[in-house]
Amino acid sequence: MSEQIDQALSRKYDAGFYSEIESETFENGLDESVIRRISEMKGEPEWMLEWRLKAYNAWLQMEEPEWAHVEYPKVDFQAISYYSAPKSMKDKPKSLDEVDPELLRTYEKLGIPLHEQEMLAGVAVDAVFDSVSVVTTFREKLEEAGVIFCPISEAVHKYPELIKKYLGSVVPRTDNFYAALNGAVFTDGSFVFIPKGVRCPMELSTYFRINEQNTGQFERTLIVAEEGSYVSYLEGCTAPQRDENQLHAAVVELVAMDDAQIKYSTVQNWYPGDEDGKGGIYNFVTKRGICHTNAKISWTQVETGSSVTWKYPSCVLKGDNSVGEFYSVALTRGRQQADTGTKMIHLGKNTRSTIISKGISAGKSNNAYRGLVQMGPRADGARNFTECDSLLIGDQCGAHTFPYIESRNPTAIVEHEATTSKVSDEQLFLCQQRGLDAEKAVSMIVNGFCKEVFKELPMEFAVEAGKLLEISLEGSVG
Amino acid sequence: MLKISNLHASVEEKTIIKGLDLEIGPGEVHAIMGPNGAGKSTLGYVLSGRDGYEVSDGTVELNGKDLLDLDVEERAREGLFLAFQYPVEIPGVSNMEFMKESVNAMREQRGEEPLTAAEFLKKAKEACKQVQLPLDFLKRGVNEGFSGGEKKRNEIMQMILLEPSLCILDESDSGLDVDALQVVADGVNSQRNDKRSFIVVTHYQRLLDYIKPDFVHILADGKIVKSGDASLALEVEKNGYAFLGKKYEESEA
Repeated sequence: MSEQIDQALSRKYDAGFYSEIESETFENGLDESVIRRISEMKGEPEWMLEWRLKAYNAWLQMEEPEWAHVEYPKVDFQAISYYSAPKSMKDKPKSLDEVDPELLRTYEKLGIPLHEQEMLAGVAVDAVFDSVSVVTTFREKLEEAGVIFCPISEAVHKYPELIKKYLGSVVPRTDNFYAALNGAVFTDGSFVFIPKGVRCPMELSTYFRINEQNTGQFERTLIVAEEGSYVSYLEGCTAPQRDENQLHAAVVELVAMDDAQIKYSTVQNWYPGDEDGKGGIYNFVTKRGICHTNAKISWTQVETGSSVTWKYPSCVLKGDNSVGEFYSVALTRGRQQADTGTKMIHLGKNTRSTIISKGISAGKSNNAYRGLVQMGPRADGARNFTECDSLLIGDQCGAHTFPYIESRNPTAIVEHEATTSKVSDEQLFLCQQRGLDAEKAVSMIVNGFCKEVFKELPMEFAVEAGKLLEISLEGSVG
Repeated sequence: MLKISNLHASVEEKTIIKGLDLEIGPGEVHAIMGPNGAGKSTLGYVLSGRDGYEVSDGTVELNGKDLLDLDVEERAREGLFLAFQYPVEIPGVSNMEFMKESVNAMREQRGEEPLTAAEFLKKAKEACKQVQLPLDFLKRGVNEGFSGGEKKRNEIMQMILLEPSLCILDESDSGLDVDALQVVADGVNSQRNDKRSFIVVTHYQRLLDYIKPDFVHILADGKIVKSGDASLALEVEKNGYAFLGKKYEESEA
């Protein structure tokens, strides 16, 4: 069977094409002048530039973290371009008709038509291409409900008070090496604001595409849900197939005020590199949300891409009775490496958190779950339940679990369950004996393993996620 | 319909089947009995093409096709069904979706349209009733948390749905009480017709009280050493495998 599994590596990456689009791209390198130029390109106010420069100066003092269970050559931050945008975007197209058709075609090829009438009903999309947002759909419809959904670069101009108040409020500029880098050079991303008591009438989603060579993508997403509001948000990501590694260092901040709920889902399919580990995206991302009283934040992620992943979507359960959830499927194959998990920081009374993590390793990949559950001294009656399951396909991959539990409150309850299993020869044989080919069998077994997480995804995307796993496993058995 | 000639097969370089000949006509039920370690289960695995079961000599034809040339799933699609002695669990995959994929794989092979969810559900419900499994078994994960008897009945349900031409039952009676045995046997008997053939592998004669075989073969040391009608099974029941010689005398009958 391991011989069959070896072929896992030969899968194709459907999103690996490159779009011929004339871009304005900064020369490689990073110094203060580059940050000033980014800020100037975006026509930012002085306070934003200052914010960036503070982040940059903090970053200069910091060191790249090395504690994760991943190995890769050091990133040369001077060999990256920090800004790239299609030239056609310079004139800021007012409507879809003015957007370069090649850009629209790119998204169409990825299965994300941007014409509203062709889209999945009930989903609004912000499309980010390299360093800029190309288009945001359904804005008017959302505005009627009082919902703001726009590129963050635009929000800096239009809603400076909100940005000043919330940017960096959950993930401070100095939080960590990559967050500081992002703070200095972030180029675009989405801003979402749901006013008090409003249930966002549509699914919101941002689709990130890296196109240009040697560029990094540094996007920043900020979602603020005021008292008693609700929003479901989804992000998707892809990149062309290239021999060089590319860096993606994003920051996502969620603010859930009292009684608010944010559901944040990710379907991540960055180019994972080839079977020998050549190329692929370094996905070094900081995602964190803060929950006020009775609020709830739910992270759901399906991760199949990237050559190296370093990512821990977290919840700070500040308010009493607030709830944090983390549902994750991380699939690694080839030479992919993932070190991913979550942090649940229980500060308030009766806070609750649930962690369901499903790691699938195939080929020669390494898949690590790293999770922290912290019960603060005030967190009376707080509870956490963690279930951490690993599935191994073949005999050359690795699964690792690094749970950290810190409890400073004797009334807090923490439960941790972990299992490791293999797609066994017997399971495969049973399926094949019933007429299913080996590939179908493996994808079925893996889908079954992930079921608990898939059911947390918005309906429209649960199917997509299942398909993505299927494609990812294509050729995983011969 | 099935023709096995001079079959030699090994597992982990140990030869288990050593020159087996067997011919099965359409609609016939053949029981294969024998002492422990005779190669009874191995035969089922070899015929279904399981990885690690190497054929070193001989031929097997199913409906005129060279079976040994086909992959596991191709053999299954040609109509070969193996009811497992210990079916494995597939957590999270519902019986329903598993069987639907499976049935449609068979239909595709026969050039038929795939069943819709509703059409399949109707058939599945009937099959479920036939083996006396509650309907919620369709929603449960494949064999997940099933008792031994439920797993066996589930295998028979699959057999009913897949309509194979050759069914190999590998000790489908082991670990069953009399009532469960009756259910399994009824399920099998309901599927007997003049086209479908069965190989019933069993250690005990008991099952053959319920599923009447046309032929009984005694397998010992990788070969069929004796063949007869149903009365041969009764003889084994009475006298054990003593007739095979000293080597098997202690072996329980």
